[in-house]
Amino acid sequence: MADTPQIVMDERVKQISPMRRAMIRPELGGIVGTIAVFVFFGLFAFDSGMFNSQGIMNWSVVSAQFMIIAVGACLLMIAGEFDLSVGSMIGFAGMMMAIFGVTLGWPMWVAILVTFALCISIGALNGFIVVRTGLPSFIVTLAFLFILRGFTIFLPQTIERKTIIGGIREAAEGDWLAALFGGTIGKGFFTWMGEAGIIATFERGTRAGEPVVNGIPMLIVWALGLVVVGHVLLTRTRFGNWIFAAGGDAEAARNSGVPVNRVKITMFMFTAFCATVFAACQVMEFGSAGADRGLLKEFEAIIAVVIGGALLTGGYGSVIGAALGALIFGVVQQGLFFAGVESSLFRVFLGVILLFAVILNTYIRRIITGER
Amino acid sequence: MTQPLIQMKNIEKHFGSVIALAGVSVDIHAGECHCLLGDNGAGKSTFIKTLSGVHKPTRGEILFEGRDMHFADPRDAIAAGIATVHQHLAMIPLMSVSRNFFMGNEPTRKIGPFSFFDHDLANRVTMQEMEKMGIVLRGPDQAVGTLSGGERQTVAIARAVHFGARVLILDEPTSALGVRQTANVLATIDTVRKQGVAVVFITHNVRHAMAVGDRFTVLNRGRTYGTAKRGEITPEELQDMMAGGQELATLESSLGSTV
Repeated sequence: MADTPQIVMDERVKQISPMRRAMIRPELGGIVGTIAVFVFFGLFAFDSGMFNSQGIMNWSVVSAQFMIIAVGACLLMIAGEFDLSVGSMIGFAGMMMAIFGVTLGWPMWVAILVTFALCISIGALNGFIVVRTGLPSFIVTLAFLFILRGFTIFLPQTIERKTIIGGIREAAEGDWLAALFGGTIGKGFFTWMGEAGIIATFERGTRAGEPVVNGIPMLIVWALGLVVVGHVLLTRTRFGNWIFAAGGDAEAARNSGVPVNRVKITMFMFTAFCATVFAACQVMEFGSAGADRGLLKEFEAIIAVVIGGALLTGGYGSVIGAALGALIFGVVQQGLFFAGVESSLFRVFLGVILLFAVILNTYIRRIITGER
Repeated sequence: MTQPLIQMKNIEKHFGSVIALAGVSVDIHAGECHCLLGDNGAGKSTFIKTLSGVHKPTRGEILFEGRDMHFADPRDAIAAGIATVHQHLAMIPLMSVSRNFFMGNEPTRKIGPFSFFDHDLANRVTMQEMEKMGIVLRGPDQAVGTLSGGERQTVAIARAVHFGARVLILDEPTSALGVRQTANVLATIDTVRKQGVAVVFITHNVRHAMAVGDRFTVLNRGRTYGTAKRGEITPEELQDMMAGGQELATLESSLGSTV
């Protein structure tokens, strides 16, 4: 073996076209889907009020809700795990805030902080059980789906003899931390837009002259904030590389010195954090906590993430993609309502687009890894 | 002769009643390729795991630069500069070459209170290191999944060397490769050896061993049959020692060629 091989470009490796290069970006499906959805509703529901200030706010809020939980689910899925207890966690977190803040009468900020601590601990417990037992996270978090939902129904019934606890808005009045979840920002700007005639204002009644949309809800601020933080964390930090590695091949990552267990547990905690943010915004908006809140949210989050280009098997995906998936979700759900389409068809749409997204993702995965 | 980088003296390893290693002695020098040959079940894997800190020897001693070494776990061995490239590679197909190259050792750059993955540095270093090894990448963001098995081995070897490996243990790096890819990996071994790294090349293929090896040690049934220098031994003799001699000779005459 005296001859050292020359550096020759293998003639069988074709230069990939820019088209194909764009194909393997995980966000592609999300971008195409978002454009398609807006074109569709722009053509068929433009006059329905979907694109005036109120309409935009309507689907933005719904999309933002999906986005908050999708960011958590996305990072967790890239790290190679699922959390099916997200929906129950939302119900549970809202109920605990109500019990601490209303029934027990604690100051709202204490109630919120204690709930966050409690829920993040449960997320850590989920993660701990998964990494310690090596069981699929699917089954471990399915158990917590039932455990948390059970408590969410049991606790208010035992304490208050009802399944909805109200009076949160009153309890949160003037609370500094509650305002971070319940309030709006940019009031002055919207008042100015109303006065300048850019957006509609109330014409009659006690609020005549005020704009119909009087600010951006904190829910949307949280959603955008989480998307930015999630995206930067995943693509621009050392920890982000560990998330990809943990989901791509846990054993290989361990051999290279990546603390896989710590990464996974942290991602379970982050998912629980996102669910609790969702719950906090929801109870502040409704002024009450109900035992059935957050039903099926875990699946909606996973669907948004998959539409956004993440692989169910982990190791690949994008937070921006997941956010676009959530946007598609919100726009279609509310758009069908504006377009006057029977709302049950939304589920049909959801099933179809999920199937389509999964098939597309599998195909993209083959391109990346060069499998046939 | 200079002092060996690693000396393993009469290493024994017992698993319950099974004696996997029954007194193995090997010394490894910097800048040499030391081939460790053995058939399946000869104790190669146990030997590697003892050297890389996974197992503690039941008896015998390991000297690293003349000092007694006790590795509590593989991380100790890695810290001392003993890196293992496993048959099952520590590479993730869906991730880019540069992300894989720096996996677990990511370079960071501070901006304010936050530290970020320094992609520019990672990409630059990856391209340089790959070029040294003779691999042409489309770009540092090319996924490892698109590389051939031999190229992946080479990335893994380059990574180990870049992060300061002084002893590189290659566990059957050529066993699943085609002829051309094997040649590439053997060339990589040669490159690395010239940089002064000690290479421990584990294989059961005599031809691959003869191609790059400086010295050869044969393991059979948990024992070493001594170490031979390049030129002192023929491939046929090595093959006989691995198989335990006679049976293979009979088999060979009936098949009419070298197995």
